[in-house]
Amino acid sequence: MRKILLTMDGIQKCFSSVIALKHVSLQVEQRSIHALVGENGAGKSTLMNILSGIYPHGSYSGSIVFEGQEMRFRKVSDSESRGIVIIHQELALIPELSIQENIFLGHEICRSGVISWDSQIQETQRLLDAVGLKEDPNTACKYLGVGKQQLVEIAKALSKNVKLLIMDEPTAALNDKDSDALLNLILKLRVERGISVIIISHKLDELLKVADRITVLRDGESIETLENDGSISRNHIIRSMVGREMSNLYPERTAKLGELALEVKDWCVFSPSVAGEQIIDRVSFHLHYGEVVGIAGLMGAGRTELALSLFGKAYGVNISGEIYKDGQPLRLRTVKDAISHRIAYIPEDRKDAGLILEEDIVTNISLSNLEKFSSRGVMNHAAEVDASQAISQDIRIKAPSVFQKTQMLSGGNQQKVLVARWLCSDPDILILDEPTRGIDVGAKYEIYAIINQLAADGKAVLMISSEMPELIGMCDRIYVMNEGRFIGELLREEVSQEKIMQIIVDDNGGSRSEK
Amino acid sequence: MKNKLINRLGDNHKIDLRQQSMLIALIAISVLFQILTGGIIFRSVNVSKLIMQNSYVLILAIGMLPCIITGNVDLSVGSMVALVSAISGKLIVEHNVPVIVAIPVVLLVGILAGAFQAYWIAYMRLPAFIVTLAGMLVFRGLTMTILQGKTLAPFPESFSWISAGFLPQYRIGSVDMISVGLGIVCALLLAFWQIYKRRKAAKFNHQQSKAAGFAVKLVIQCFLAIFSAFWLGTYNGLPCVLIFLIVLVLLYRFITSSTVLGRRLYALGGNEKAAKLSGINTNAILFLAYVNMAFLASIAGIVFAARLNAATPTAGNSFELDAIAACYIGGASATGGVGTVVGAVIGGLVMGILNNGMSIMGVGSDWQQTIKGLVLLAAVAFDVISKKKGI
Repeated sequence: MRKILLTMDGIQKCFSSVIALKHVSLQVEQRSIHALVGENGAGKSTLMNILSGIYPHGSYSGSIVFEGQEMRFRKVSDSESRGIVIIHQELALIPELSIQENIFLGHEICRSGVISWDSQIQETQRLLDAVGLKEDPNTACKYLGVGKQQLVEIAKALSKNVKLLIMDEPTAALNDKDSDALLNLILKLRVERGISVIIISHKLDELLKVADRITVLRDGESIETLENDGSISRNHIIRSMVGREMSNLYPERTAKLGELALEVKDWCVFSPSVAGEQIIDRVSFHLHYGEVVGIAGLMGAGRTELALSLFGKAYGVNISGEIYKDGQPLRLRTVKDAISHRIAYIPEDRKDAGLILEEDIVTNISLSNLEKFSSRGVMNHAAEVDASQAISQDIRIKAPSVFQKTQMLSGGNQQKVLVARWLCSDPDILILDEPTRGIDVGAKYEIYAIINQLAADGKAVLMISSEMPELIGMCDRIYVMNEGRFIGELLREEVSQEKIMQIIVDDNGGSRSEK
Repeated sequence: MKNKLINRLGDNHKIDLRQQSMLIALIAISVLFQILTGGIIFRSVNVSKLIMQNSYVLILAIGMLPCIITGNVDLSVGSMVALVSAISGKLIVEHNVPVIVAIPVVLLVGILAGAFQAYWIAYMRLPAFIVTLAGMLVFRGLTMTILQGKTLAPFPESFSWISAGFLPQYRIGSVDMISVGLGIVCALLLAFWQIYKRRKAAKFNHQQSKAAGFAVKLVIQCFLAIFSAFWLGTYNGLPCVLIFLIVLVLLYRFITSSTVLGRRLYALGGNEKAAKLSGINTNAILFLAYVNMAFLASIAGIVFAARLNAATPTAGNSFELDAIAACYIGGASATGGVGTVVGAVIGGLVMGILNNGMSIMGVGSDWQQTIKGLVLLAAVAFDVISKKKGI
């Protein structure tokens, strides 16, 4: 039995009249990795915000005991001075500043108020070695990918002499390879530096791999804490999270393939920012009505760029290649062209590129259908409200009314609003870019059911996802993409996570030897 | 299930807390000055003056609002007012060009100047703040070049009539019946429109506000329309510029709240990426917002020159700031995507009444500035704080 590092007991927290946490207890042992799981809105982030002092002492009830002493954090710096550091899901690095400036932001190495750059750079180098990041300390963070930024965040935490590191969905934006590297790093740091880690994640498989103990939260209550000794199953955790049996993660569907819907030949796209850099290289593929086709690949493989460039050249320059829809060649110059040819694209980042958060559900749904809900340029408000209400019921958007601002909705419901917008435009071909990113298990299942329904209605669905199990569970056919090229195609019967990774790894080896 | 989702289809679901509270603030300020000035502020003479004095700032505020909805501002409008009034002076006063010819010419010049700025903002994506700051200097400079430091005056009566004139009158006793008649017509139109909209909502089976509440609101609105007209009728009748202003407000309110164009504008300000991926040509919308601003600034320039009955090099100084403040007081958001025409007009009226009331009370312009600044700060602070508390 290891010593207890942290005990949170009887934590209760209300937001005006809504109870976010009711009597939550959590114990973290020293030198351990403790996973916190639960559906969105279960209270995980609220609990961690209390622990890190974002919600100050007094705004909640219950006690926090850290290293045997009761803690009353009033602000984030209070908890940091004790060695509790939180890394948020949305990384908090300043893009224009260099790695070393970001790491020592707020606690610069100074001599009488003047930063001593040399020792700061030296120290940064040491920290970067510890996290295994091979970058110049003076590189601006904007040039780093998400995976590397994560490592900088960890280095930053180490620079604060972290004892308890809290990571909120650290692998949500990472591909499997980077995720593995990150998790291995956490395991290594636990051994080498003796730190404890609380990790919040929706990816149960990786938690089962690394966590010592797993605490499940549901509706603001701690349901149970499990010892991860190899005996607990994924289904057990899911059951405990959702409070009901989920026999199958992916709803059943038998594909009824129709005519050829879309055919793309030799599609090439160049970067709009770096002259001459080719992003998409001679990609060819096809898509049938009634079919769900996936694109697998690592982050940065060019999947989103491919989708955007097909969607009326919304990305890229010097685009060449041919698109055929229903056998007819298409020329899509603008997004409007693509929409009028009944192609829809649901973007990967719903807050950044999808929703207008200040506006209500109706306005968001009608955004790409303004012509449909107007005559001679004048909006028919009643008609758009009617249509929005109908579709909200269809796909079960949970909101008090369709006049609810979308920023008040949960991630899953926001995603559904986005789907509703494009369903409303009645497309033939839907491109879904990471349709379930950052939403909870229950909402994921509902999105999957919608996708299956679309396919059953004879629509062609192209699905991009970084979660391989999701692609394998949903798709009839999967293209594997790497470095801007399609390097493999797998049918439902033959696909497995290992096969996809194998294709990518082989390709990476191949392209390296070419160079 | 259906009942759960059905909700009140508000007549103006975009009206937000801030706009309503500013309306209350406007009424409170009016009552306050009514008491402080011993009733002078709402004498019909002064009401007429109030309208004429503030017309150009209100016109600018109506134009500024779309720019602010896109998440930017236009700093050049004060100088644009000066430039347009200078060209008007040059054409009409110096070269005796007929007013009917001169007005379209100066409007066209204004639109072209606006299009020049809008090109850099919308298609080259230079920051609007910088482009219009440059425009502010350029247009002011051109104004001085045109006027050579002189003031051109007076304009012919056909020109100054635009903002100093009144509609023809037909008096019974001391009251102008044409004003009263127009007031009644307006009230009737208002009532028909509201009832029509309510019927239409009922047809679509949307739940709505209680009939009694609707009736009370309508009666108050109609009474206000008729009474204002009657009150102005006891002085010189209806100022031409008031009619013009009402038309502009209704037109722009309609465009922003009920048309596809308006929806696109709000979408651009709310989330440009999302708007683009929904097939909206955001560059064109941004371009249009700034050209429209220049168009309305040109109108304001004509109205201002007509009111002053002169073209001066310092015309329109710091008008841009009044127009921007009016929008923010009226509930527009500095980050874009939020704001209403009616809100901007209310904001403009709050500032106008503050100005006028304090002038009557003999408060110096130094203190007037200070108080206006504090009101702007208080209005925005109230909004931000109440949002944070989630009231």
